[in-house]
Amino acid sequence: MEVPILKQGGILIATVQAALTDADLLQLRRALIERVVQMRSRGVILDVTALDVMDSFASRTIREIANMIRLRGTETVIVGIQPEVAFAMVQLGLTLDGVATALDLEEGLYYLNRKFKRAAS
Amino acid sequence: MVPKRDEDVVVVTQDTADDGTPRSETTTRLLRELVAHLRQNRTSLREEWVQRITEAQLLTAMTKEEIFAEATSVYDSYVAALETGTFEALQNYARNLSERIIPRGVETHEVVGIVLLLRDVLARSLFAKYQGDFEELNRILDAYEPAANRIANTVAVGFVQERERVIRQQQEAIRELSTPVLQVRERLLILPIIGVIDAQRARQLTEQLLRGVRSNRAKVVVIDITGVAAMDATVANHLVQTVEASRLLGATVIVTGLSPEIAHTLVTIGVDLSKMNTVGDLQGGIEQAERLLGYKVAMMAENA
Repeated sequence: MEVPILKQGGILIATVQAALTDADLLQLRRALIERVVQMRSRGVILDVTALDVMDSFASRTIREIANMIRLRGTETVIVGIQPEVAFAMVQLGLTLDGVATALDLEEGLYYLNRKFKRAAS
Repeated sequence: MVPKRDEDVVVVTQDTADDGTPRSETTTRLLRELVAHLRQNRTSLREEWVQRITEAQLLTAMTKEEIFAEATSVYDSYVAALETGTFEALQNYARNLSERIIPRGVETHEVVGIVLLLRDVLARSLFAKYQGDFEELNRILDAYEPAANRIANTVAVGFVQERERVIRQQQEAIRELSTPVLQVRERLLILPIIGVIDAQRARQLTEQLLRGVRSNRAKVVVIDITGVAAMDATVANHLVQTVEASRLLGATVIVTGLSPEIAHTLVTIGVDLSKMNTVGDLQGGIEQAERLLGYKVAMMAENA
């Protein structure tokens, strides 16, 4: 299932709607990078509220996405990780090091906007 | 003499084990006789039993009158259980009794002890009654013993189960009491940890904290471990896990109140605390959290 990517000002918002297969993840990675380049976005929010499982491949891909996007000078925030998912991830040692996280979409937007403001001043 | 007795016993066994129905009929008849005997001698047997309980120094937490009152009820339920062959009433009574006496510090060995004493007292009285008739005594004991054993079993199991229930309840209560997640300001939670952290508690702490972060939309969490006496590598790793899990929800964690001893231990065993944000005490932790959240606490200007 394809993940819709919405544009909101300079920010791209990708909201995961259902469980993702490995192929879906790779497709998401490709689509996001393309869009970031195309739209010259300044920030990306990946909303994983709907995910109730996060395996090692998913978390590695998410980290890769964030790192690739950073190379374009764009910041990525992962939002909406469920408490149970967070706990399970930590126990598996999947801690998304170096990737920004926020509670939900609103927080993610707030985080990015503050960052832009700081960069502007 | 001896062979004759052997023969007798064999005959008795054949008699009773002949077939399912007659045997149970015999048993019923014998039990009825037994119950009648126990009812008849209720007062004296009960007194003897209480006497033996006192001698054996059981139930020292209770007064003599209380022991006597309980003994009467137990005796009656015991006889009723022998008579009806159903143990539910006795079971209920045993549970009820346990509920009353556990808070007073009555131990398992005491409860088992008094039931076994009753069994002995009754068996002794049966010996005395059927002294003359060895075969009848044998038959009556055959009927009595399994029932008595089952009763002893029921009472002991009831007591132990009740005890376990109480223990479980207390554990639950302690667990709930021990992990409060408190909001001190908008988006700022504190989690004071007191006592020993084991794997299960660490898990529960993390779960509760994550739920708290979600429901209070917290951005900063201060975990205060002033009340944690000792910490080893396992506990430290649990703490690191809690910190990382909170970060995945977008909350920053500040750990406060590491005592010099704990700090020393952690450095010595080489736990990687680089991901942890630590501040000396709870006050400092809250102050830093306020800075992170953009709060500015200022003293009110003194008015004249």
